[in-house]
Amino acid sequence: MSGQTLNVLKLSSLIFLPLIIFLINIHQLLLSTPTDRKEWADLEPVPQDDGPNPVVKIAYSDKFTDVYDYFRALLKNDEKSDRAFTLTAEAIELNAANYTVWHYRRVLLQALEKDLREEMRYITAIIEDQPKNYQVWHHRRMVVEWLNDPSEELEFIAEILSQDAKNYHAWQHRQWVLKEYKLWDSELEYVEQLLEEDVRNNSAWNQRHYVISHTTGYSDPSILNREVQYSLKQIKKAPHNESVWNYLKGILQDRGLSSHPGLLEQILELKETHCSPYLLGFLVDIYEDSLENTSGDQVEVLSKALELCELLAQERDTIRREYWSYVGRSLQTKYCSGDPSTTSSAPETDRGSASVSVHQETTCNS
Amino acid sequence: MGTQVKDVVIKSDAPSALLLDKHADYIAAYGSKKDDYEYTLSEYLRMSGIYWGLTVMDLMGQLTRMNQQEISDFIKSCQHDCGGVSASIGHDPHVLYTLSAVQILSLYDNVNVLDVDKVVEYVRGLQQEDGSFAGDKWGEIDTRFSFCAVATLALLGRLDAINVDKAVEFVLSCMNFDGGFGCRPGSESHAGQIYCCTGFLSIAGQLHQVNADLLGWWLCERQLPSGGLNGRPEKLPDVCYSWWVLASLKIIGRIHWIDKSKLRSFILACQDEETGGFADRPGDMVDPFHTLFGVAGLSLLGEGQIKDVNPVLCMPEDVLERLGLHPDLLS
Repeated sequence: MSGQTLNVLKLSSLIFLPLIIFLINIHQLLLSTPTDRKEWADLEPVPQDDGPNPVVKIAYSDKFTDVYDYFRALLKNDEKSDRAFTLTAEAIELNAANYTVWHYRRVLLQALEKDLREEMRYITAIIEDQPKNYQVWHHRRMVVEWLNDPSEELEFIAEILSQDAKNYHAWQHRQWVLKEYKLWDSELEYVEQLLEEDVRNNSAWNQRHYVISHTTGYSDPSILNREVQYSLKQIKKAPHNESVWNYLKGILQDRGLSSHPGLLEQILELKETHCSPYLLGFLVDIYEDSLENTSGDQVEVLSKALELCELLAQERDTIRREYWSYVGRSLQTKYCSGDPSTTSSAPETDRGSASVSVHQETTCNS
Repeated sequence: MGTQVKDVVIKSDAPSALLLDKHADYIAAYGSKKDDYEYTLSEYLRMSGIYWGLTVMDLMGQLTRMNQQEISDFIKSCQHDCGGVSASIGHDPHVLYTLSAVQILSLYDNVNVLDVDKVVEYVRGLQQEDGSFAGDKWGEIDTRFSFCAVATLALLGRLDAINVDKAVEFVLSCMNFDGGFGCRPGSESHAGQIYCCTGFLSIAGQLHQVNADLLGWWLCERQLPSGGLNGRPEKLPDVCYSWWVLASLKIIGRIHWIDKSKLRSFILACQDEETGGFADRPGDMVDPFHTLFGVAGLSLLGEGQIKDVNPVLCMPEDVLERLGLHPDLLS
């Protein structure tokens, strides 16, 4: 053989041989099942038992059948071994929603005194792959609790939220971490960053409320006003945004919408340039609060409120006309007669017109 | 800039007639086909799957097409020593599947297939000091489990087994600034959790604690221009929310705040004319879960061909009538 050929052969083997070996191993892993592996030879697999009379016929893929047959055998024998532990990973890979497999894995983690740091790496990878599953997040929480170490959590959750900023499981886990380990310091900043990215992210608005409620609270007027102004700023960016309006109402409703200095004026200003059904509805809320809590010109305030209800029912939010009609009727009943009475929320019997008859009744007779 | 709304557009050729026979055929045949990988994957929730299938069949007057004996035997094999019921044989017990099992047996008027006292003990044992309920021995807390616990006990006539006041206290602590409820205190309001909490409060006789106007408004805000309902702001509509949202509104006496005809059109558009069944939104793949909630939603909307469904327990009213169960509803 020439020197050149030899060199080519040496080079090829350096590159290709490991590759070939790697491919063989992958091939074996992917296509092999416990039945093929000699270390499982002692175990009698337990086939699926659907009860005395099988409810329905089931078709499985071979590997799935095999892995789960062996899993059932392990459970039956209550085997606590490394091979059992390895099998739980295979079972999870085939079906990460199977809560019984996760239970068993946790039993094994403890019985075999497994390295929990390694388990953290494992669950991190699983969640990255399947972030919308109750089991995986509960498992992670348990491991964090056992380790009593939340140091990776906020960054990890942020990473998951960067893929789906509304992942309900991720947010639950985050709230738990924050509260349990008192890691509030940077959370408001994080929320603001998310709202910069998507001002309509309802989860982020909820989180804003969560953080502030658990830290400064809203009773300090300067904080409350900061939040009101922040909300108004976000409304200017995207007026048609349910979340920010819910938030604004939420933080003010106990303290009185109509008594927050300058708010009505700011809203009326916004109405000219950034109107939305939410804004109009919020105005109704302010007027209602004013009617409830201040003395003075009831008639004009009531008239404005009723006009808005009519506008919303007829034009601006017709899909919810029944709701706006109800609000208008409630206001009329409560503030026209002077007797606060319970108004039926039931629809008006006259199906032909779902509107509030505003024009006849803005001047409350008698 | 600010007016984009996340929603679907219903095509003009979407189904607009109710195809009950096709849905009954779909459910009756479910799981008996050979290419059933999806069925296999959902084994971990089989008990709930059976509950969804049987309930929708009963609502359509087709319960007799299902095999009561086989199902009863299956359920019996799923009760564990601790009293709890698992999703399937060889799975661990959980309150979710304990409720589903009791619901199924209630349809058949046959709860004594289970050791009822042990079921009650199991549920009682899941209540925590703060009144909340864990789902199983691993301790996950969620208002879904509060609902499962009281619904199970109500069906068995054993609500006295738990500390109802404490349970109520916990659920109320999950009420948010927008009037809605989440899975734990502080969790984002979500229509599914709201259904569980209003259902819970109904069974516990505490509906007056809900701010019905505020919550009702949040719920009717779930309706999008397509007529469909989403589960929280800025999410796509999904037919299962026709149940979670609508039933909640019915419970708090404000179901008419939804535009019914638009919702009905959306639900019907979610049918699959070829296979039968309902999907989460028009054009997607069907499954029994969405089939039940599509049909149940239509029942709440007053569809004549479907039996009346109880909004608290998502079971036919006539079954609850037989049990003498009349959970509160606000008017």
